[in-house]
Amino acid sequence: MGVASPLAAYLLVAALLFAIGLAGALTRRNAILVLIGIELMLNAANLNFIAFWRYGPHPEALTGMMFAIFSIAVAAAEAAVGLGLVIAIYRYAKTTDLDQMNRMKG
Amino acid sequence: MSVVFYGIAALTVAGGLAAVLLKNTVHCALAVAVAFAGLALLFLSLDAQFVGFAQILVYVGAVAILIVFAILLTRGAEPVTGGVFSKSWLVGLVIAAGVFAVLGWAVLQSAHALPLVTAAPAVTVQDIGVALVGRYVLPLEIVALLLTAATIGAVIVALHEKERTR
Repeated sequence: MGVASPLAAYLLVAALLFAIGLAGALTRRNAILVLIGIELMLNAANLNFIAFWRYGPHPEALTGMMFAIFSIAVAAAEAAVGLGLVIAIYRYAKTTDLDQMNRMKG
Repeated sequence: MSVVFYGIAALTVAGGLAAVLLKNTVHCALAVAVAFAGLALLFLSLDAQFVGFAQILVYVGAVAILIVFAILLTRGAEPVTGGVFSKSWLVGLVIAAGVFAVLGWAVLQSAHALPLVTAAPAVTVQDIGVALVGRYVLPLEIVALLLTAATIGAVIVALHEKERTR
């Protein structure tokens, strides 16, 4: 299938990565693998920002690039806190299996 | 689109797929590092050098290492019993496929309205630095505060509490 615009090709790659990350976050049992899926989704969004910045009408305004830079910084903070939480839960429950974390199930 | 783009895109998607599908958790962490590196190459191919190298530094350098540390600290490298996928994996797969179908449909439907090849934007690292301490200085300070708080918070959350050891 011939995609005329290079932007469409980048957007399709980003959509595919987002779907892969979402599938990983929704189907894996290990909490760390769920975090990996979330990281993939964040990166797919970053790819969209950069692609729109590159092919947008005003790349010299740097809007999309700034959004991607701040998004990378926030994602790093999120990864640190998320993995810290996983380690804390592992210490408490002795497992990272999400199917066994049913303590709050009604 | 060039052969280079297809190669990098295939590498990135293959890394992502391997990260989600592989059985061994350590292999998943290595595969996601490959996906991060592929994304950095995609950023470089989009003339975003600064973001591409920041991606390598932050993701391949820091986040991937952090994930490996977390896997080893939680003994996630040991073989799991009863499959690596959740009981409700089919629902998750259907949701992800639906999301991809909607996104792909939207991109393909609007492909004719998207811009064609444009000249590479002449943006230097100096421009980014001036913008960061000029127009975007308040977000920069907030991100600095967030990173400090997140680092302290992660250490406190993961800290071993001696008095409540069971």
